[in-house]
Amino acid sequence: MRAAARRWDGLLFVAPFLLLYCTILIYPLLKGIWLSLHRVDLFGQGTLVGFDNYARLIGDPTFGQSLINTFLVTLMVVPVLTVLALALALALNRATRDAAIFRGIFFSSSVLSVTIVTLIFRFILAPDAGLLGEIWQGLGWEPLPFLSHPDLTLPALAITTIWWSLGLPMMLFLAGLQQIPEDMYEAAALDNAGKWTTFWRVTLPSIRRTLILVVMLQTAAQLQMFGQAQLLTAGGPSGASRTTVLFLFEVAFGRWELGYASAAAEILFLIILGVTLTQYWLTGRDRESGR
Amino acid sequence: MAASIQRGRLPWWGWIGLVVGAAIMAAPLVWTLLLSLKNNAELVGNSGAALSGPYTLENYVAILGNDRTLRWLLNSVIVSLGTTVGVLVLCSLAGYGFARLDFPFRRTLFTLVLLGLAIPSQAVILPQHQLFATLGLHNSYPGLILPGLITSFGVFFMTTYMRAIPKELDEAAMLDGASRFTIFWKVILPLTVPAQSTLAVFTFLGSWNDYWWPLISATRSDMYTLTVGLASSQMNYAQTSGLGFLMAQAVFASIPIFVVYVIFQKQIVRAMAGTAVR
Repeated sequence: MRAAARRWDGLLFVAPFLLLYCTILIYPLLKGIWLSLHRVDLFGQGTLVGFDNYARLIGDPTFGQSLINTFLVTLMVVPVLTVLALALALALNRATRDAAIFRGIFFSSSVLSVTIVTLIFRFILAPDAGLLGEIWQGLGWEPLPFLSHPDLTLPALAITTIWWSLGLPMMLFLAGLQQIPEDMYEAAALDNAGKWTTFWRVTLPSIRRTLILVVMLQTAAQLQMFGQAQLLTAGGPSGASRTTVLFLFEVAFGRWELGYASAAAEILFLIILGVTLTQYWLTGRDRESGR
Repeated sequence: MAASIQRGRLPWWGWIGLVVGAAIMAAPLVWTLLLSLKNNAELVGNSGAALSGPYTLENYVAILGNDRTLRWLLNSVIVSLGTTVGVLVLCSLAGYGFARLDFPFRRTLFTLVLLGLAIPSQAVILPQHQLFATLGLHNSYPGLILPGLITSFGVFFMTTYMRAIPKELDEAAMLDGASRFTIFWKVILPLTVPAQSTLAVFTFLGSWNDYWWPLISATRSDMYTLTVGLASSQMNYAQTSGLGFLMAQAVFASIPIFVVYVIFQKQIVRAMAGTAVR
């Protein structure tokens, strides 16, 4: 059977996907590396410059700041999102109708596109015309200039992102919690373990893989933050909220410096690849130790 | 959800936290809805007017009379449906090949596909843009759809699902003289409907909400999808017909996605469960 089945015609089934895959993903991936080593103008005529683009990036304060901004906003979003989502999942992991309604509410924002989310938050965060401004003024306070003060724009992007992305990690945690065998809790109850002890000793170790997945997925997603920064603050004021992908976008499609933008893309790619590999390494180690 | 999962009652402070949290989650949506139901002139310089009546549907009537917004809706529908159908076809074929047939370089090719899981779209956007410019595909439906068809996750997902189907089914059909394609089409594919619907919902949601590629590829406003169209309206806010109209556009653009979400909630939850225990 096996020898008879090992024929070339199996390739016909995978060929349509693979052809597109190689044309639209693998070729551009390699071409991107080529571009990053060249100085390329709008018409695609490249001159080999070696690692000049990378050297220029390291000395470019705009790029440096965009990296710092990206790391900062990731640091603001990921821990808060993870803790909130886990707390919600623990509270809503029950079969009641109320819990189902709450799950629906907390997930609803996740189905919106980034343009709708930023449109909504523009008119919540704007001090003159926003909901938050109205509430602040109602309380007799001065509205905070969330979208124009250099110290407040990154938090504004983080708040928007947390509101937008809470649903997915919550659902992932819920799915993880469902996998914990009931007898582990029974054993803990027999040992007279309190709620906190049960949480730290049973729940948390059991969902370790989900926890790693959530943190790494969110980290990779926030390192690529673009729409929020472009639409809410346009990276401003004076670059205070410019993320790396926004930098790349501006250099590529505003200044048409394709080689330089490609080098920035490769650096970010390596950072994200590092995050992904860390996840594989962490969960792979689990698998070996038989968890 | 198994009843046995319930463990103890939620303390009162837990309920307060949930209610406050839910209010914070819902307030922006309610606020948007209220703004969209207000006369534009009333909102100028005083968005607080949204908290009280009179409310009107005039902004929604204006959208239905606005050719541009309807065109963006049509574009979004074509691109999202086209992407969904394309992904289902390509991933089912590839999944069948990888899961149930043996051919030279099968493992190598599958590893190559899995590599795609680790490639973020920003890493390939510039050469993709060049490629599509060379092919003359910008500002066209194929140009908007094609990059969305490249989903390593879809192939991985279908392969895993098809691998779980018993091999005896193929062998029995083979003895009856059925061709490979007949086996795929008549025997295996009908068994994968649950996986197909999950993949379809996710592809549709992702495609409908995609901003990055259409922003770069569709430069003519008649080829915008709703996401890009809405982005351009909010950036030219000063020149548009006002806050109420803008918010009505946002509500209008999210109606299809909420309908899909409500109808296919089960598939979404099931897919999450699959990802979490992967």
